[in-house]
Amino acid sequence: MGARAAASFIVPFEAAREADFPRIGGKCASLARMIAQGVRVPAGFAVATDAYALHLHSNGLEATISERLSRIVLDDVDDEEKLSHEIRHAIVAQPMPGVVEQAIREAYRRMSPDGQLPVAVRSSATAEDLPDASFAGQQDTYLWVVGEDAVVEKVKACWASLFNARAISYRAENGLGQIGVLMSVGVQKMVNASAAGVAMTLDPINGDRTKIVIDSAFGLGEPVVSGEITPDNFVVEKVLLQVIKQRISEKDFELVADRAARRTVERVIAPERRTLPSLTNAQVLAVARLAKSLERSMGCPQDVEWAIDADLPEDENLVALQSRPETVWSQKKKQTTAVYETGIAGVLGTLLAPVQAKR
Amino acid sequence: MTAHAKFPSPYDLKTPAGAEGWEKLYPYYLQFQNSLRDKEDGKFWFCDSQHWPSPFKPFDAVTVEFAVKCLGQYNTRHYLIPPANGVEYRIHNGYCYMSPVAVAPELIGGRVPHFMERAGYYFQNWDRLLANWDKKVRANIADLEALSFEPLPDAVPLDWITGGVGLDNTYALTETYDRAIQLLYKTWQYHFEFLNLGYAAYLDFFSFMKGQFPTIPDQAIAKMVQGVEVDLFRPDDELKKLAKLAVKLGVTEALKSGSVDEALAAVGRESNGAEWLKAWKEAQDPWFNFTSGNGFYSTDKYWIEHLDIPLGYIRDYVVRVQRGEEIDRPTEAIARERDRITSEYAEMLDADARAAFEGKLGLARTVFPYVENHNFYIEHWSMSVFWRKMRELGAIFRDAGFWKDADDLFYLNRQEVRDALFDYGNGWAVGAPAIGPTYWPPEIERRKTILAALATTPPQPALNNPPDVITEPFTIMLWGITTESIGRWLDGAANTTKLSGMAASPGIVEGRARVVRSADELGQIQQGEILVAPVTAPSWAPIFGKINAIVTDIGGMMSHAAIVCREYGLPAVTGTGRASSSIKNGQMLRVNGSTGEVTVLS
Repeated sequence: MGARAAASFIVPFEAAREADFPRIGGKCASLARMIAQGVRVPAGFAVATDAYALHLHSNGLEATISERLSRIVLDDVDDEEKLSHEIRHAIVAQPMPGVVEQAIREAYRRMSPDGQLPVAVRSSATAEDLPDASFAGQQDTYLWVVGEDAVVEKVKACWASLFNARAISYRAENGLGQIGVLMSVGVQKMVNASAAGVAMTLDPINGDRTKIVIDSAFGLGEPVVSGEITPDNFVVEKVLLQVIKQRISEKDFELVADRAARRTVERVIAPERRTLPSLTNAQVLAVARLAKSLERSMGCPQDVEWAIDADLPEDENLVALQSRPETVWSQKKKQTTAVYETGIAGVLGTLLAPVQAKR
Repeated sequence: MTAHAKFPSPYDLKTPAGAEGWEKLYPYYLQFQNSLRDKEDGKFWFCDSQHWPSPFKPFDAVTVEFAVKCLGQYNTRHYLIPPANGVEYRIHNGYCYMSPVAVAPELIGGRVPHFMERAGYYFQNWDRLLANWDKKVRANIADLEALSFEPLPDAVPLDWITGGVGLDNTYALTETYDRAIQLLYKTWQYHFEFLNLGYAAYLDFFSFMKGQFPTIPDQAIAKMVQGVEVDLFRPDDELKKLAKLAVKLGVTEALKSGSVDEALAAVGRESNGAEWLKAWKEAQDPWFNFTSGNGFYSTDKYWIEHLDIPLGYIRDYVVRVQRGEEIDRPTEAIARERDRITSEYAEMLDADARAAFEGKLGLARTVFPYVENHNFYIEHWSMSVFWRKMRELGAIFRDAGFWKDADDLFYLNRQEVRDALFDYGNGWAVGAPAIGPTYWPPEIERRKTILAALATTPPQPALNNPPDVITEPFTIMLWGITTESIGRWLDGAANTTKLSGMAASPGIVEGRARVVRSADELGQIQQGEILVAPVTAPSWAPIFGKINAIVTDIGGMMSHAAIVCREYGLPAVTGTGRASSSIKNGQMLRVNGSTGEVTVLS
């Protein structure tokens, strides 16, 4: 691959078209799609897969990677970890091609003329978010990254995370290939989240499509996704838009910005605040409405990451960070075709085998 | 629910202190007889506190007798509901307990053709038969309204002498009382003519929807079938109309002040007052035959006897109208909402279920107006007239010195009222004092004490041993009693071998526990073990192929452990709070990821 125009390495979310989606990965494509539908999404841009490909190619990394991969014995945890580390080291150790680095720096400066805007730098793999291959937390995300040098460095780190041990073993198990999987990286204005979490437009326990299930905690949403804390759990009836169940848990810390240190910190939550709900009832319903509308517009059940941005005015502070197709239940095929009686025969059937016995 | 958990036997329940002798307040056939202990203890009884939440005055027991008897007759004798006869009922310590009577399995098949013929006829001719019902019930109410209790005069009227009637006034008095009870009996027969079938058709739709969407709220199903124009809302609609009329006619100031009589008098002095008073009068029949109670208690207050209640609501509505608020029910929006809800659920159905959905919804919408509206005609309107007539009779006794307050009549049961009538007529005929004025005041006081004592002790939710599974359709349909609700009632005993958390990934497995506190210990995991950890990290993915389930102390429905377990089809319970500290390596566990329960087996 020869040198390409800088523009082709960078795709602003709001400018991304369907044709760009393969080059910007699932996560960034989802953001672009949401913006196109009028959903509130923090601004940002994708570093397209072309940039990653050029980095590998111009540094001759393909051979190194293939060689290490060929030596990996799957299910040997220690061995996998060691070889994975070598690959990742090789990727970050090499300088980024100048044309790519320039493009990233310029794109960041367009977002942040003073160069001080905190952003999230997120992996956006081309396989991770496929409908048949979800896997939470496979690749890395860097929060509260400030300044163009740091952005460039984290983009490279995201590329490298394509080869962490769990991603390698996941791709192997799912037959996704290794070297052919490309990586895009999203650079997005950091949300100052007062609360955040995930919402699914079906009940992940039983596939019930009449429910929207929301996990939520104070601060940024990453600890919710990674399972580091027990979040509040809300179940919303999708049609009636009513909170039908909620479980408020004790949340002992929150992931928030340390502005002085230019990073996120796990801040201990004061005891009296720990058992407070992280969302008001109105906010729960707003999240549910967001998820429901995303399901409608995407045409299938969705898994949505969202946040309440404390820097935005009330009623406009709910932002979507990701929406991807739900994968587990959506793929289940119905086993049998049911036959239903109606009229008096239906009534008789119900009287003879009432609802309780069927459960 | 554990195998031996059960509710107390009624025979072992203590009578609350001060309530000794309560049994004599109610008929013998409503009581648990000592001679039948073995049989009665073999049945499961649940308390119907939904309809009868507080202890009965003796007379008020007529409502449970007539209602539940008439419910039974339609199942057992009219429509031959194949699996279900009626419901046995008893009063114990002042509360009523129900036990549905199932049809013996070998008899169910034989009832099916009769049910199809009889119930089928009602479903096919629903609208015509319902129009006829409406006529019958209105005629019955008119008959009740026409009843008139007259105090006994000093002498039989002269024209009865000259007309050669040959009867005295006590004859009419007892006849009127008997007729009131018979009309009440008819009221409750009519009540169930359509209700069981209406509920059965609704249950068919309901159960279909629950089958399609197991956790759909009952309320959502109801919203799809409920009517927009419902007679049960008419009383309130009438008040709104009166409030708006008051604003329009400029009589709101007059209406605002003082007691009902004062306010009406003030309105009458306004130039437009007569028009409003006419509307106020017209709305009362029948729409003020309305109670915020449920019609089953003589103490229920009906608007028509307590005009301060509807007037108070009108005054509130006037304020809202004057503030510029729209107080009418948004019927168009309600209809739109009903359509939206219906279509959103329909969209989530599989293609093969759509036709059944339409069919069952259609039948449910045919029958549901009865389910909604009968309440106004029976519990409100009919019962309003009945209680009012009984109070009129109570006032005659009061004036004859039998007791102090007209409502004291309700401390007698319905047979005793007949006895008292005879006593009253007897004294009148003989020309000597009746016994009642001496007998009843202390007896009523004694009964008041007993009832007060009964009310201090809440009912048991149920009696005796529950069945493993509740399958009787009317128990579920009319009372909402399910295996789960019984389980919850019994859930008093804390179980030390059980942990509960978030049901994060479905499935049930058993296996040995492997408690892992950090990634360093991951290497110890053996094939088929259950991972018990404070929390799991994405980096633990390689071991998910080895384990059979995950239990964590923290983490939610969408935490890493939960998502990965669902992906791998492993049961998971997250957020148990204490699994990793209370479970020991090597213990046998049963993990139920569908209910969120973890059981330590050994």
